[in-house]
Amino acid sequence: MENKEDKSTSNSDFTIEAEGVTKSFGHHLVLRGIDLKLKRGEFLTIFGRNGAGKTTFLKILATLLRPSFGSVYMAGLDLSKNSMDIRRKIGVVSHQTFLYDELTAYENIKFYGKMYDVPKLDERARELIAKVGLASCIHEKVNTFSRGMQQRLTIARAMVHNPSILLLDEPETGLDQYASAMLQDLLTTFEAEKRTVVMTSHSLERGLQMGNRVVILSEGKIACDVASKDMSVSGLQELYQRYTGEEQ
Amino acid sequence: MSKSIGQILAIMRKDLISESRTRDVAVSVLVFALLVIVVFSFAFEPGAEVTKMFTNPQLEQIKLLVAPGVLWVSIVFAGVLSFNRSFAQEKEKGCLDALKLCPIDKEVIYMGKMLGSLVFLLIVEIIIFPLFSVLFNVSLLDPAIVLIAVLATIGFVCVGILFSALSVYTKAREILLPILFFPIVTPLIIAAVRGTGSILQGGSFGSISNWLGIMVAFDVIFIIVSLFIFEYAIEE
Repeated sequence: MENKEDKSTSNSDFTIEAEGVTKSFGHHLVLRGIDLKLKRGEFLTIFGRNGAGKTTFLKILATLLRPSFGSVYMAGLDLSKNSMDIRRKIGVVSHQTFLYDELTAYENIKFYGKMYDVPKLDERARELIAKVGLASCIHEKVNTFSRGMQQRLTIARAMVHNPSILLLDEPETGLDQYASAMLQDLLTTFEAEKRTVVMTSHSLERGLQMGNRVVILSEGKIACDVASKDMSVSGLQELYQRYTGEEQ
Repeated sequence: MSKSIGQILAIMRKDLISESRTRDVAVSVLVFALLVIVVFSFAFEPGAEVTKMFTNPQLEQIKLLVAPGVLWVSIVFAGVLSFNRSFAQEKEKGCLDALKLCPIDKEVIYMGKMLGSLVFLLIVEIIIFPLFSVLFNVSLLDPAIVLIAVLATIGFVCVGILFSALSVYTKAREILLPILFFPIVTPLIIAAVRGTGSILQGGSFGSISNWLGIMVAFDVIFIIVSLFIFEYAIEE
């Protein structure tokens, strides 16, 4: 039985609170005590070189992995006890599409909507597919879609249950310029809708432009946490190079 | 409860629609099962060595003894092919993670996948049984054999889907699945073969009650055990 009323954080100002999150796979320590707090409506972009722990951290927030040590509260709920309730509040977009190739766009959204027990599902599926600009191919199979179209549908899938928290793991991977611009437009609407967004990215420029806060992860630790408005692209590039030793 | 049933049916329906559109697994499973049956049926062809060694009545008797084994070997081996793909397909585009992200009990995923596989394998059996009847000159149109087929298939699928989930994160899943699967389902295979054999040799429904009992017990135990284990089986 999961405990819904949890800790004093139920009245917390923070949507996401991670304290001392550590994760190891065998002897390999991937995350080394991440402390992070995010308020409602904040858009955080996480940068870091490959293997820095970005995806692992996002997977922990998404309830796909359990931290080895530390605690995570999402919307005031303890992740270790309320994963089911937390899943209702989060939407995840990964570089994998999470879509079934042999199903149509409509069937995919409807299937996931059913899993989230979304009311008025037919209406919701059509509305979302139209929102991501795929209304004309609503009944076409996903395996006929380009990478950009699939990623737009992936975003529609992640939004099917109207989540208040969005976790995006390198959502721009493999997208052409047009699809990237469309993705950027969609992400801007999330910010306007006061959804809390955590996104990992390799593009400093785009990440800085979209997020209102940036974090650089290095060797499993937060090396730098700054507000986007205080930072220029060149300044971020300099910081990124200093903390990761990698040029962008 | 009704919400979970709807979600279970949605997973089952999704699997069946996907398969009906690609027919990837269906074709390979059917071809494999038919090949096994055809190859074994050659042993009893006129002109084959064995037909020269025995009289016709003796040959018919041998056929009745061998036929159930051939039938269930073809179904079980073909089933393994489909179990191998069951969770591998989910993993390919990250859909298994997407399912794990949904606010549903893991048991819902298990039951949905299990029912999808069960319907699929029963359809395969509906196609295989008449061909088997023709090639081995035996009648499988008996309510007792239908019951054996349903009970045995439920058991195979219960275990097969569990091990399919267990092996999905391993590199050698095609090897691991049969290694885990066959030892566990051996009692079920024996019960299915012996029960079918008994009916083919003119036995009554009562004569297979022990075998039916074993199959029912196997199914109940493994459905319960699988539901408990499945959550841990699909953890990365």
